Amino acid sequence: MLFFLIMGGLSACFILLIILLLAADLLFTSFGEFREALLKPEIQAAFRLTLLTCTIAAILSLWVATPLGYLLSRYRFPGRWLIDTLVDIPIVLPPLVLGLSLLILFHLPMGDWKLESWLRDDLHFPVTYRWPAVVLAQFSVACAFAVRTMRVTFDQINPRAEDVARTLGCTRAQAFLQIALPQAWRGMITAATIAWARALGEFGPILVFAGATRFRTEVLSTTVFLELSVGELDAAVAVSLLMVAMAVVVLLFLRWFGTGLTT
Amino acid sequence: MIELQHVTVRAGDYLVDDISFRVEHAQYAVLMGKTGIGKTTILESICGLRKISSGKLLIDEHDVTDALPGDRQVGYVPQDLALFPTLSVREHLEFAMRLRRQPRDKIAARVRELAEVLGIESLLPRGVQGLSGGESQRVALGRALSFGPSVLLLDEPLSALDADTRGATQDLLKRVNQQTGVSVLHVTHNLEEAEALADVRLELVREPPSHRLKLRHPGDIAVEH
Repeated sequence: MLFFLIMGGLSACFILLIILLLAADLLFTSFGEFREALLKPEIQAAFRLTLLTCTIAAILSLWVATPLGYLLSRYRFPGRWLIDTLVDIPIVLPPLVLGLSLLILFHLPMGDWKLESWLRDDLHFPVTYRWPAVVLAQFSVACAFAVRTMRVTFDQINPRAEDVARTLGCTRAQAFLQIALPQAWRGMITAATIAWARALGEFGPILVFAGATRFRTEVLSTTVFLELSVGELDAAVAVSLLMVAMAVVVLLFLRWFGTGLTT
Repeated sequence: MIELQHVTVRAGDYLVDDISFRVEHAQYAVLMGKTGIGKTTILESICGLRKISSGKLLIDEHDVTDALPGDRQVGYVPQDLALFPTLSVREHLEFAMRLRRQPRDKIAARVRELAEVLGIESLLPRGVQGLSGGESQRVALGRALSFGPSVLLLDEPLSALDADTRGATQDLLKRVNQQTGVSVLHVTHNLEEAEALADVRLELVREPPSHRLKLRHPGDIAVEH
C-alpha cells in the first residue's frame, strides 16, 4: 500500500502540473477573447502558414527518414556510428544555435560564392527570412525525430522476410519497396505525425533564420512571442490554447493508429 | 544438384571452414549437427545471403559462387518461415512469378497446382497472420517452390510442429521431392526426421584439436572432404 502511495504520489505531481498549466490557460481567457484573437487577420495568416510549413516539413522529413532509418537499421557500414550520432545533433543542439548555424551556412562566403545569393539570384528562390527558411528550420529538428522513429520501426520488422524475398528474385530495392515498406506504414504515419508536432513547436531556429515578420514568416509559435512582446497577453494565451488543441489532435491521431501509447 | 567445393564462410567470430559435399538431382540430403554449429550459415551461403570467403559453389553444374540470391534458382524456407505479413497466401505463391513477369494465366495455373499439392486451396484468400504452424509451413514451402527452383533449402522445417503435423509435413516434403525432382538440403538435429527423409545424410562436427568444422558421413553416405 505504501509502495503505491509513494509511486502514485510522485507520478501525480507531474500529471497535476500538466493539468494545472492547461487549466490556468483556460481560466485566464474567455471564449469571447479567444474568438476575438483568432479572428485577427495576422493570426489567421500565421495559422495558415503554420499548417503549410509543418506539413511540408513533415513530408520532407518522412522522405529522408525512411531511407536513412532503413539503412541505419539494416546495414553495418564504415562510419555508421558517426552518422548515427550526427542524426541526433539537431535534437541536442540549443535551438538558437541551430538557427544561427543555418543563418551562417546560407551566408558564409566561399570565395565569391554564397549559398543564399546563389539560391536568390540564380534559382530565384530566396530562403533566409522567407517561408522556406521556416520550413528548413522546422525540418532540421523534425527530421531527426522522424529518423529515430523510422529506425525503431525497421528494427522491429523481421529482416528475414526481405532476405527470403531476395532469394525469390527481388533486388535489394524491390525487397525494401515490396516487403519492408508495406510493413512500415504505421511507423511512417507515426514519424510524420511526430515530425509535424515537432515542427509546430519549433520557435528558436525560426526566429533567428526566418525572422518573425507579420504576414510573411510568422507562424503560431512566433505569434505567441510577438503578442507577448507588445503586451497582448490575451492574444498570446489564445494562440497558445490553439496550439495546445492542435497538439492534442496530433496525440489522439497517434493513439488512434495504435503506436503503443494506448496500452 | 548442389555442390560445395572447399567452401569457407566467416560468420562473425566463427568460421565454417573447407566444406565440400554434393547433393545430386532429386536427392534428399539431410544436414545434421549440434545447435549453433553453422548449419544455417551453410544454407545462407548456398542461397546467397552470406558471402563465401573461399571455395566454389555449383548449382546444376553452374558456378554461382558470386551470383545474386535471386539468380541462383534456390528456394529457401528459413526456420522462422519469414512469411510476408502484408500479403495473402495467394500473393505468397504468386510473388516470385510476378517478379519474373510470367503471364497471368501461367501464374494462376501454377498457384492452383501448388495449392493442390500442398493442400492449401482453402487458405488462398487469407492473410498469413492467423495461420497455424503447419499451414504457415506449407505456405512457406509453396512460396519457395513456386518458381520451380532446382534446389530447395529447408532450415529445421519441422521443429515447431506437433507430432501429427510433423508426420504429415514429412510425407509432404518427400512427395514434393519425388514429384518435382528438386534437390533438397534439409537441416535438422532430429535423428528420426533424418532417418525418415534422407537419401543422403551429412553431419557437421567440430574436429579437435583445431576445432575446425568438418563434414562426417555416417553410414553409407557419399561425402567428400
